[in-house]
Amino acid sequence: MSERTYAEINIDCNEEGYLTDLDQWNKDVAMDIAVEEGIELQEKHWEVLDYIQDQYRKEVPLTIRKIGKSGIVDIKTFYQLFPGGPLKKASRIAGIPKPVSCI
Amino acid sequence: METLEKSIDTKKEEKPVKKMMLILSKATIDNVYACFILANGARMEGIESEIFFTFFGLEAIQKDKLNHLHVATVGNPAMHMPTMLGGLPGMEALATKMMKNEMEKLDIPPVDEFLEILSASGTKLWACKLAMDMFHLNNDKLIDNIDGVITVGDFYARAKGDGTHLLFI
Repeated sequence: MSERTYAEINIDCNEEGYLTDLDQWNKDVAMDIAVEEGIELQEKHWEVLDYIQDQYRKEVPLTIRKIGKSGIVDIKTFYQLFPGGPLKKASRIAGIPKPVSCI
Repeated sequence: METLEKSIDTKKEEKPVKKMMLILSKATIDNVYACFILANGARMEGIESEIFFTFFGLEAIQKDKLNHLHVATVGNPAMHMPTMLGGLPGMEALATKMMKNEMEKLDIPPVDEFLEILSASGTKLWACKLAMDMFHLNNDKLIDNIDGVITVGDFYARAKGDGTHLLFI
C-alpha cells in the first residue's frame, strides 16, 4: 500500500498504482492518472470508464469480450482509446482494481 | 553511487517481451485455444502478437471447419479414460461439448468470435503458404480477416527486433 498524489489529494494506491478505494476517485484524479498513462481523456474515454466502473460495482468480472459486447465501444476502438494494454489502463484510470482476466 | 550502479544493473537485466510470434500447427481445440489465449493475452498487456497457421493449424482459419474443432480423446492421457473408450463413436463430440460449456462459463468465446476479437485487437493472422499448397487450399476457404498467406521466411522477417519471442504450438 502506498499513497500517491492526484488532483492535489493523497490517494491510497497499491504497488502498481491501482486505487484501493473507489470512493477516493473523481474525474480530476482520473485525468491525472490518464496523464501518467499518456492518455488525454475525451468523451468516449469517459463513457468507457463509466461502463467499467458500473460493471465493477455490479461485481461483473471484466473481459475484452464483454467490453466488445457492451454497446459502448468496439474492441478495435477500445485498443485505440487506451493503447498498450487497454483493460489494465482503463481500470487504473477508472479507479478499480487491476483485472485478473486472461481474455 | 552504489544504488545508481545497482539500478543500472537492474535495467540491463530487464528485457521485457515486446512481441509474441506464435506458430499454430495443430487443430485440436485445446491447442487452438492455448494459442489464441496467448496471442490475446499479449495484446492485453500491450505486447504485439502474430499467429502463423501451418499444417493442421490451418483448420482454425477455414470458414467451414473452424467451428467444428474437437478435443482429442484418443492418445490424450489427460482425458483419463481408456483408449478403447475414447475411440467410441460420439466420444470426441461429447468431450468437446463439455469443454466448450466450461469455456463459455469463463466467457471464452467460440473460435469464430475469438478470431474476430484477435483481429480487432491487432493480432496479425498469417496462413502458411506451403501448408496451403499441400492441402490444396485457396484464399476463398479462409476467413476474411486473415492478413495474408506468407512463407516461413516472411514470418521470420517479421520477428526481427529486440524482445521478440517465437512459440511453436
